[in-house]
Amino acid sequence: MPPSAIDGTLLFALAPFVAAALGPWLTGLIGSRAGWILAIVPALLFAHFTTMIPAVAHGDVLAASVPWVSAFGVDYSIRVDGLSLVFALLITGIGALIVIYAGGYLKGHAHQGRFFSFILMFMGAMLGLVLADDLISLFIFWELTSITSFLLIGFDHTRAAARRAALQALVITGGGGLALLAGFLVLMSATGASSMSEVLALGDAVRDSGLYVPILILVLAGAFSKSAQVPLHSWLPNAMEAPTPVSAYLHSATMVKAGVYLLMRMNPALGDTALWTTILPIFGGATFLVGMILAVKNTDLKQILAYTTVASLGLLVMLTGIGTKLAIEGAVLYLIAHALFKGGLFMVAGTIDHETGTREITGLGGLRRAMPVTFAAAALACLSMAGLPPMIGFVAKEVLYDGVWQAGGLSIALLVGLVGNTLMFAVAAILIIKPFFGRKTETPKHAHEGPPSLWLGPLTLSVLALASALLLHDTTHYFVVPMASAVYGAPLSIDLHLIPTKISAPVVLTVITIASGIGLVMVFSALRAAFAGLVNGIGWGPDRGFDQVLRSLVFLASGLSDILQPGRMKGYVMITFVVTAATLLIPMWVFGEWPRFTFTWPDAPFYFWVVFAIAAVSLWAVLVSATRLIAIVTLGIQGTMVAIIFMLYGAPDLSFTQFMVEVLSVIILALVMTRLNLSPSDHRSWGTRLRDGTVAIACGAGFALLLIAVVEQPFDPRLSDFFAEYSRVIAHGRNIVNVIIVDFRALDTLGEISVVMTAGLAILALIRLRSRHRRFDPTRPDLDDGESLKEAARDA
Amino acid sequence: METVFAVLVGIFFASGIYLMLSRRTVRILLGIVILSNGVNLLIFTAGRLTVAVPPVIPQHLPTPENIVANPLPQALILTAIVISFSLFAFLLVLSYRAFQDLGTDDVDEMRDAEPAERRLPPMEY
Amino acid sequence: MNTIIFRTIAPFLAALAGLFSVFVLLRGHNEPGGGFIGGLIAASALAIYGIAWGVAPVRRAIVVHPITLAGFGVFLASVSGFLSFFAGSAFLRGLWISVPFFGTELDLSSVLLFDIGVYFTVVGTISTIGLTLEEPEVD
Repeated sequence: MPPSAIDGTLLFALAPFVAAALGPWLTGLIGSRAGWILAIVPALLFAHFTTMIPAVAHGDVLAASVPWVSAFGVDYSIRVDGLSLVFALLITGIGALIVIYAGGYLKGHAHQGRFFSFILMFMGAMLGLVLADDLISLFIFWELTSITSFLLIGFDHTRAAARRAALQALVITGGGGLALLAGFLVLMSATGASSMSEVLALGDAVRDSGLYVPILILVLAGAFSKSAQVPLHSWLPNAMEAPTPVSAYLHSATMVKAGVYLLMRMNPALGDTALWTTILPIFGGATFLVGMILAVKNTDLKQILAYTTVASLGLLVMLTGIGTKLAIEGAVLYLIAHALFKGGLFMVAGTIDHETGTREITGLGGLRRAMPVTFAAAALACLSMAGLPPMIGFVAKEVLYDGVWQAGGLSIALLVGLVGNTLMFAVAAILIIKPFFGRKTETPKHAHEGPPSLWLGPLTLSVLALASALLLHDTTHYFVVPMASAVYGAPLSIDLHLIPTKISAPVVLTVITIASGIGLVMVFSALRAAFAGLVNGIGWGPDRGFDQVLRSLVFLASGLSDILQPGRMKGYVMITFVVTAATLLIPMWVFGEWPRFTFTWPDAPFYFWVVFAIAAVSLWAVLVSATRLIAIVTLGIQGTMVAIIFMLYGAPDLSFTQFMVEVLSVIILALVMTRLNLSPSDHRSWGTRLRDGTVAIACGAGFALLLIAVVEQPFDPRLSDFFAEYSRVIAHGRNIVNVIIVDFRALDTLGEISVVMTAGLAILALIRLRSRHRRFDPTRPDLDDGESLKEAARDA
Repeated sequence: METVFAVLVGIFFASGIYLMLSRRTVRILLGIVILSNGVNLLIFTAGRLTVAVPPVIPQHLPTPENIVANPLPQALILTAIVISFSLFAFLLVLSYRAFQDLGTDDVDEMRDAEPAERRLPPMEY
Repeated sequence: MNTIIFRTIAPFLAALAGLFSVFVLLRGHNEPGGGFIGGLIAASALAIYGIAWGVAPVRRAIVVHPITLAGFGVFLASVSGFLSFFAGSAFLRGLWISVPFFGTELDLSSVLLFDIGVYFTVVGTISTIGLTLEEPEVD
């Protein structure tokens, strides 16, 4: 692998986004066949990643990086080791099959192009996530998978169930993503590292850090939400509302494994502590059992698969938590096996649904002859799922039993593994027996084999599940050893055999599993009824809890806005000014920054005082005016006094403007008030007056004190001096005020005159707006510019 | 002198706000006019007061001869006066139209946008 | 406002005020005055005329709809800003030229154009407000 190739990967990894942009266009052009074309992108990426296998198997870590947001030290960087390579191969390989499958599955759907776009976007995000080395870019891709998954689950957005499922997935996985971000930020501040490589190199420093516990809890919250661990698992079965290609891709092989990926990735840094080896197995084990119980209880094919996925994720988390060499090997093997058989089985379920019209396992039977290829694929996948030779699932189960056994002998974990695997065996058996064997049942559609696009995916994956077991030596060498080494944090040497060489604990456990599994299949209906009774007996689950939380949130928000937005204007005004007064007065009070009041009686001529007095008295007169005439006149008087004050203090421009405006205000106020028979006074009760007066006086005092405090500060004349100095020299104007308005700050003025004009337009519009109660009078068209007349004519 | 102005500004603010707390649209309008005047005076005073020397440069000089009034707040206030007049006119017409359409000048009775009877928010997805 | 005296002098008063407004506008750069004040004076002139003779004559007198004047003002102000692009400088940078005018030098500038824009905007808007409100009920 030459070093330049990995630099190219930086670019190639973004190719799915390009394909996503082209998807709708291509679909518009050639219809559902676009799937075959678009699949070329992931297929080429898959080929690209296979070229890295030898180097990675040799133990190399390939990395490349370009600066992204250099201001914050964020890079777009990739790191390809055993762990990320296996994930990248699964994402691109299964991705290519899924795109082809979606071409057939959604054939003729009105929004197939959009679907291609979403799923390719998701592919890009997922690929970026597993390749990312930089923590922040990892988080960004992580959230991008949540968002694209939201779009995909809600793809059928006309159904409320799909909308709910999409929202639930977004809330849970997106919320977990935020926890992850917080965890990363704490991690970065605790270690100073900004990339995964650095964090992994600092393993002991992280574990010994005082912030280890918060980091661990936050990262686990992110991982558990994404990987659907109890009690955050309910979004995954609900996500089955999405079209089947989505379930097959996101909810079996890739996205839900992102949490497991993160745990595996961070195992060398965060793992191997008492907390890690306690929390992970507890949550994982609980998820394993709960998932299996719910899987047995359900009768919908996709629901069964979804719950077994939840269970499998629990198993993976449990094994990662145990963290011994063998447990990690088991986890790695099981992860690969699960991606192969579950992706295939989901597609099989989709094909059955597509071709028969139902997914109810109780209503299916005897499809073996009608759908031979699908049956073959399903049979191999179910063998692998059940953990039977000669499939990779069998090897995985052997190793994981071995891992759990050697880690703790007869432990609770072993019991959980045994019970869970037994149930898994039974469910796998039911999944193949019920739909394909037995008597042929009547289905909504006449069952027949699907087109190649529908069986190519499952068949390929199932054959791979077989081949990887038959070529176990190569599988181990090229995939399992590099990946397990990356997870373990040190090179491992593994020797695996498809056929057990001696009678050991795993073999015994497998025999027990198979025997009791067959027993369970015999009594499966009773088992299902028992579990259904158990679940119904509990009656409450996180799914309903989600509804309750969301509903209480809406109630809370509604109650809060009822308080904050009472719908009474006075309430709003009151709140505004109470807060204003508080903002002005409280800081002065708290920090003791009252003005110093070095007050000397100003030496002002007599007529200054007269002006001030008239202004104050006219304000008082406006307040107490009993008739509208007095109100208007006194309003004019206070404005005129302001104009005179401006004149006295060297502002002739202002004075003149103020005076003109005052005249015009009085004119238009009089024009309107004479038309309306309004009383200008309002009758407030004494209590209201006291309250309003207090607020008003508090605000007034606040502004007065603020102003005194401001003028007590030394004046900074730099800006004013600048204008005075340059007004004539560079702007050729002697009236400095005017020069500021039209030259120095002309852009402001341009904005201001636009506002003035807009106000005029708005007034015109308001007047022209026809009243709800009155109609345009066509006998008086001269009063209008003809616009209303035209309108009236149009209306008539 | 600034202290006296500060007190005057305080009176302007208090009067304006008291009027704005009314329920009658016309009173609220009067309050807004007075409040704008108060704000203008506040800016004017904060730029310091200079008695009777307009910021105009004499014919024969490149810069002002003596200390002149601070031109910056004046420029700010000049545009502010015109804009607050436009706002005032707009609000006046708005309340006029509101009276025509709703038949009231009591803002408590204008509940078209926010009805007194609150409906529960939508609970479905 | 139907007194004969007022009705008779109103047009003269209005014309005088209009003339004065232009004077105030043009001297604004060097003496107190300018577009805002000039515009307000012109608007009051129209108001006086309108109070005396009614809205229709005012509308006839200014030919176009007053809001058009306001729009023209903003347009003029913006154009004066773009002029500086031809001189290769930033938006709204003041440009000055001296033109010989009957034996004296007349200073013309993009800044003056801007101020005229302000003047028109203010006249247009305020007379829109005034005329709209002075009109009897339309609907």
